[in-house]
Amino acid sequence: MTSLQGFLVLSALLFCVGLGAVLTRRNVILALIGVELMLNAANLNFIAFARLGPHPNAMEGWMFVVFSIAVAAAEAAVGLALVIAIYRRLRTAHLDQMDSLKG
Amino acid sequence: MNGLTIILSLLVIASALGAVALRNLVHCALCLMGVFLGLAAIYLCLDAQFVGLVQILVYVGAVGILLVFAILLTRGGGAELSPFFSPSWAIGAGAAALLALIMVAAILKTDSLPAPDAGGAELPTLAQIGKRLMQEDVIVLEAMGLLLTAAAVGAIVLAMPEPPPKKEEEA
Amino acid sequence: MSPIVSWLWLVPALPLAAAAVLCFLPDRLRRFALPLAGGAMGLGFLLSCAALSEAARSPSAAGVHNFLWLEFGGSPLMLGWILDPLSAAMLAMVTFVGFWIFVFSAGYMAHDPHYVRFFCFLSLFASAMLGVVMANSLLLLFMCWEVMGLASYLLIGFWFHKPSAAAAAKKAFITTRIGDIGFLLGMVWLYGESGTLLFYDQGAGCLETSAIARMAGHAAGAGMMASTGISLLLFAGAVGKSGQIPLHVWLPDAMEGPTPVSALIHAATMVAAGVFLMARVYPIASALPPPPPVAQVASVASAPNAATPDAPAPAASHPSSLPSSSHEASVSAPTSVRSTPLPALCLRVMAWVGALTALFAALTAVAQTDIKRILAYSTVSQLGFMFLGLATGGVAVGMFHLLTHAFFKALLFLGAGSVIHGCHDEQDIRAMGGLRRWMPTTFVAYAIGMMALAGVPLFFSGFWSKDEILHAAALWSPSKWPFIIGVAAAFLTAFYMTRQMVYVYAGEYRGAGRGADGGGSMDPHESPSLMTIPLGALAACAILLSVLGTPVWPWFHAFLSGHAPRFEPSISLGVLVVMFLSVVLTAGGIGLGLSIYARAPSASLADEDPLEAWRPGLWQILRNRFYIDELYESSFIAWHAALGRFSAWLDDKVLGAAVESVRLAALGLAWAARLCDEFAVNLGFDEACDCLRQAAGRISRFHDGQAQRYLRFLALALSALAFWILWK
Repeated sequence: MTSLQGFLVLSALLFCVGLGAVLTRRNVILALIGVELMLNAANLNFIAFARLGPHPNAMEGWMFVVFSIAVAAAEAAVGLALVIAIYRRLRTAHLDQMDSLKG
Repeated sequence: MNGLTIILSLLVIASALGAVALRNLVHCALCLMGVFLGLAAIYLCLDAQFVGLVQILVYVGAVGILLVFAILLTRGGGAELSPFFSPSWAIGAGAAALLALIMVAAILKTDSLPAPDAGGAELPTLAQIGKRLMQEDVIVLEAMGLLLTAAAVGAIVLAMPEPPPKKEEEA
Repeated sequence: MSPIVSWLWLVPALPLAAAAVLCFLPDRLRRFALPLAGGAMGLGFLLSCAALSEAARSPSAAGVHNFLWLEFGGSPLMLGWILDPLSAAMLAMVTFVGFWIFVFSAGYMAHDPHYVRFFCFLSLFASAMLGVVMANSLLLLFMCWEVMGLASYLLIGFWFHKPSAAAAAKKAFITTRIGDIGFLLGMVWLYGESGTLLFYDQGAGCLETSAIARMAGHAAGAGMMASTGISLLLFAGAVGKSGQIPLHVWLPDAMEGPTPVSALIHAATMVAAGVFLMARVYPIASALPPPPPVAQVASVASAPNAATPDAPAPAASHPSSLPSSSHEASVSAPTSVRSTPLPALCLRVMAWVGALTALFAALTAVAQTDIKRILAYSTVSQLGFMFLGLATGGVAVGMFHLLTHAFFKALLFLGAGSVIHGCHDEQDIRAMGGLRRWMPTTFVAYAIGMMALAGVPLFFSGFWSKDEILHAAALWSPSKWPFIIGVAAAFLTAFYMTRQMVYVYAGEYRGAGRGADGGGSMDPHESPSLMTIPLGALAACAILLSVLGTPVWPWFHAFLSGHAPRFEPSISLGVLVVMFLSVVLTAGGIGLGLSIYARAPSASLADEDPLEAWRPGLWQILRNRFYIDELYESSFIAWHAALGRFSAWLDDKVLGAAVESVRLAALGLAWAARLCDEFAVNLGFDEACDCLRQAAGRISRFHDGQAQRYLRFLALALSALAFWILWK
């Protein structure tokens, strides 16, 4: 197992932990935490490939991560604001009580 | 992968599991910050100092604090009412585990992953990154700024208490 | 041809136009109704006078105007009108009498809410009658004849809110229709025989010599010639229209109409149309089969079959286009009884029907108490006289009585109308009396009419015309009985008219309005001058017309037969004898009537008639009109009703059952279809729907709005996708 493979395995595990949170936890905030974990796993992938890939001096990987972090910040801000707004409206933060998507 | 990174990796995995599995939300948030910090350390180990510092600044500083505030503001609706294990939990967890299995198996099975150049190419410096951000990717940077502003404004609007008449209208 | 002939169509067209205008005239313009209708009739009268003078100038040349109406394939159907002495005299009479009756109606109907409608109908009637009179085509005559029947129906039922009037209108219409079937059949037969319905068409008309000879020579079976059958069928129509036995029942009932209608239609004109019709087709009715040669007639007794087909028939010596008066005909008849040909069968039937009707109606009239009914039966009786005269004496004799009767009967009816008007719609003669003092003008006019009808000698037209009929009947060769019957009827006529006069005008007023002081508002009163002036005009005519038909100067006969009148100061003995007999009869009838009724005038309504006291059984029979109506009620009408009930039963039970079974079959089919639908189709369909709904329910359980659940499946799908991509 090369070191790149090791980071990739770490990234995959991290992603799946986040995915598990999104799929199983009923609390909206925990789901958001899962999303953040998945994003971080993706970022780790970028860094790993950029550093241990064939072109270490290419900067695309780094740049991607920087922008990704920025987007994640925006995502977190809007997502949490949504959580608060929904909580105000429905008096709950549980995903299984939000079923207005039901036809 | 040296010993430090392995230790850090285990730490990250453990923190992540804690972040998603603990019952207390505040603990979850703290574990999440652990994950962020662990990842930042891994970035530093990978000679990605700029990204590691940004990670600490943005994630641990901003997102973490935001998360804690959200937890505080939604306190009371956070308690798990239904049992922890349930068929739906099993499906979700199963799906995630299955995916993890597949991906790990795929990674380990792949032999032809690219290897770094033998020439030991120098890593980009901070100055190079700054130049790149301000020259080639300046439009993306500006768009990002715009996105962040819009997100900030949107978050404020969303989180603002709704005016009473509008509430009546929707009621 | 004189221009008057081509303009003659205006005479019926004017009243028709008046009727058309009147039918749209609103009631508030009712004061224009009389000027319109009366004006049309007056103009028609002036035109008729012009036509009459034209016809009088050249009586032998009939003016004919024919035109094409329809064309069926190759056979044209012609209509036309004719100006000959017969139609000219009738036109003048109808327009004159009609005009005065219109004037009278304006007074009589002044307070009726449907005044305008009345004049509309009257004008329609007058138009149709004039059309009948001047028609030169049997078809046109028939059409006008039927319009006349319609107008009569409308006018009898004018007060249709009275059930009796509605029933009378229906009865009149249906009864005359029975005769009209005969008319129609006769017309069709005539067309089949002669190929034309025009009367006169320059030698090709059906009344002209060649057609008559053909019809008279054509045997139709049952020992009859075609001409006999046709004329008998046409006579059936005339019997219906003119109220002869056995179709007389409608005429007395027709008195339910307003009195001017009775005067115009049911006395003066329409009922006389039957007589006119027979006078018009007289050439057919009187046509005889071509006689075998005289020499062979003598040997008929020994060799009945001696008449050989190839024996030359003598040139049709008998019929001329217009029949001559039978005075001459009977005088010139061969002396040998054996060789005297019997008159045509139709004429014999006519004579018997007319005579019997005259006697029967006169007998019935004796026992009636309704003033208009007496006159109605009198009309029936006089129509019988006309047919008798027509059959025995020829056209002139019958038509002369028709004309004189039209005037004095219209006069009598208008007088009766005036009396009814003055007595506040009272029609029972027992409730009148003493009206001589209350209504002197009406009394004088009525007395003139009565004397004309009764046949008071010398100064009244009825005397001359009736005398002529009796004279013709006396000379009739086949039988003397019609003469004897006619004499009896004439005697009764004088009797019942005297009875009526005494009841109405003599004695004391017995009406309901007779107050203790004798001067109540319900007293009878004289009618307005609008009603008395027509009475005067008609009364004058009833006297003046007598000069036209005296045996001394028979202008009318000469006029109708188309030669110049001769002045004959010497009257033959036979004429004198009959005249004397007729005077005796009239005097006897009037005297008997006076002796029975005037000696002890009845004082109150409830008094029984002296005749009733004398012979109650006979009186009842007369009073109930020989039970003819009851006989019809229990025979024809009952049979009809039974047939109707049988039809109803057939319809209800047989046809109805068939229809019902079809209905039930359809119902059963529908039930079967419904059951099939409900338990087979619907069940299957419901099952399918349920399946679908359940499946949809199961599927929709995945879509419960839980975003997380969606994500789980996404994740599973993602795993599968990843597995597929990586281990493809």
